[in-house]
Amino acid sequence: MTYNFLYFLEAIPGDVAQGIIWGIMALGVFVTYRILNFADLTVDGSFATGGATAVVLIIHGVPAPVAVLAAFGVGLLAGLCTGLLHTLLGIPDILSGILMQIALYSVNLNIMGMANVAVSVNKFHLVLSSRYINMAILVSLCFAAAVMIVLYWYFGTEQGSAIRATGNNPAMSRAQGINIGAMKVIALAFSNGLVAMAGGLIAQYQGFADINMGRGSIVIGLAAVIIGEVLGNAFFRKGMNFMIRMLFVIIGSIIYYIVIGFVLWLRMPTDDLKLFTAIIVAVFLAIPYLKDKAGHSFRASARKGAGK
Amino acid sequence: MIRLENIRKTFNPGTINEKLALDGISLTLKDSEFVTVIGGNGAGKSTMLNALAGVWPVDAGRIWIDDIDVTGLPEYKRAKYLGRVFQDPMTGTASDMEIEENLALAARRGQKRGLGWGITKAEKEEYRQKLSQLGLGLENRMTAKVGLLSGGQRQALTLLMATLQKPRALLLDEHTAALDPKTAQKVLEATDRVVQENHLTTLMITHNMRDAIEHGERLIMLSDGKIILDISGEEKKHLTVEDLLHKFEEASGQEFANDQAILS
Repeated sequence: MTYNFLYFLEAIPGDVAQGIIWGIMALGVFVTYRILNFADLTVDGSFATGGATAVVLIIHGVPAPVAVLAAFGVGLLAGLCTGLLHTLLGIPDILSGILMQIALYSVNLNIMGMANVAVSVNKFHLVLSSRYINMAILVSLCFAAAVMIVLYWYFGTEQGSAIRATGNNPAMSRAQGINIGAMKVIALAFSNGLVAMAGGLIAQYQGFADINMGRGSIVIGLAAVIIGEVLGNAFFRKGMNFMIRMLFVIIGSIIYYIVIGFVLWLRMPTDDLKLFTAIIVAVFLAIPYLKDKAGHSFRASARKGAGK
Repeated sequence: MIRLENIRKTFNPGTINEKLALDGISLTLKDSEFVTVIGGNGAGKSTMLNALAGVWPVDAGRIWIDDIDVTGLPEYKRAKYLGRVFQDPMTGTASDMEIEENLALAARRGQKRGLGWGITKAEKEEYRQKLSQLGLGLENRMTAKVGLLSGGQRQALTLLMATLQKPRALLLDEHTAALDPKTAQKVLEATDRVVQENHLTTLMITHNMRDAIEHGERLIMLSDGKIILDISGEEKKHLTVEDLLHKFEEASGQEFANDQAILS
């Protein structure tokens, strides 16, 4: 058993392609977690819903690009449901996400009719596939760029600004005449649309949709958002504009997949991957807090006060 | 014109914390009337303002803004008619958004928010001018995040936001209470100016008796959810803090137990 570093390097293009596609999912998480200030756990379900929808449509003869759009559409509906659970029925944000996530598990099984469905690149014209990695990188980059442009435009509009205000200060938003319930529903629907679209792309990339393909998506999305932020803040000390923030979400996702590729190369058992992911996210979530605390902790001020 | 008709509100009904906050309040504000509201803690001052703003539905009574019955409208729909400044400087602005973005949000109060640009070039110029009138130098920091501003700057900005689109009524909920005396004075001066220039119908809550006397042309005092004093015209002009304390004791049969209101 030798560790040949070349194997790791050879795997990098695949990691990058996956990173970009999951980065689109992470942009969806960015919309809810960062802009709307809503930790939406629906994504674990809606990601697989997107994958299932796309694959089932493709094997029934629907052109792959249309199937990707359809995945976006069903994601939109899933997010809409989460939003209505929260705003109309008053269920707390995390719980409405969890409820939808578990409901979608059944929905996904019903869409596929079984736990997984294969879609072979030999038989169908797919949008992208791990068989042609360079092409997959190119296609996923185009998708990511299109998503970023749309988000950049949308959050500059009156409605997008109202969503940002809702996430930032609900009391102020109401006083300015913003229907914050409606804004939350729109943002949740849009976010899950992006997540499901990414699910549709990943299913084609790996050649199958699986009932468990979305498990842990929220954590991967958070990992991408937070790794991106920590890095972005290191590069742009004066603060990033919206486009650069989104770009760093994609970069964060790519880095996450390269790191995963590295630990796999170190022959970490795949069973331990989720644990590893959780640890990475915990570390990156803790960094900003600990960094802040290091400057002015009680212990530090006691030391300074004592003149040592 | 603003009209509150026999408004009642009880918080936590049926529990040990039950509190009758508004006990049949009736109040009519004429157009461009500036009314100051004073009263001890828990008298119902903020509750009255929140009832008017629609933060929650009232238990009984009707609320009119001009000839519109707004009793059944939620807060975000009434916002169209009302400009508000809050006690906490953090409440009135979105701190992670830029100064000009906050102004643009306020400029669209009560309008449909569609897919047009959130802020236009022409607006930016207009905001620059209005900000320069505040005399705080904010016109040169229009793309700065509001979170970077001091409390006084934020209140001045919120005041501008509240009046960017002329409201049918301006509601000020102890908007200088969290500021140091000097800054509070500045924000009050700005308030007077804005109210006069735009002939705004204004309701200003304060816990400072002197401010209540010096500003506006009418003063009302609340106690236990009721209006116990309503002074305007010549009588208001010659009012002193001592008079007010005396009248409070007379009307409510208790002492005004709030050192802050007396001493400041």
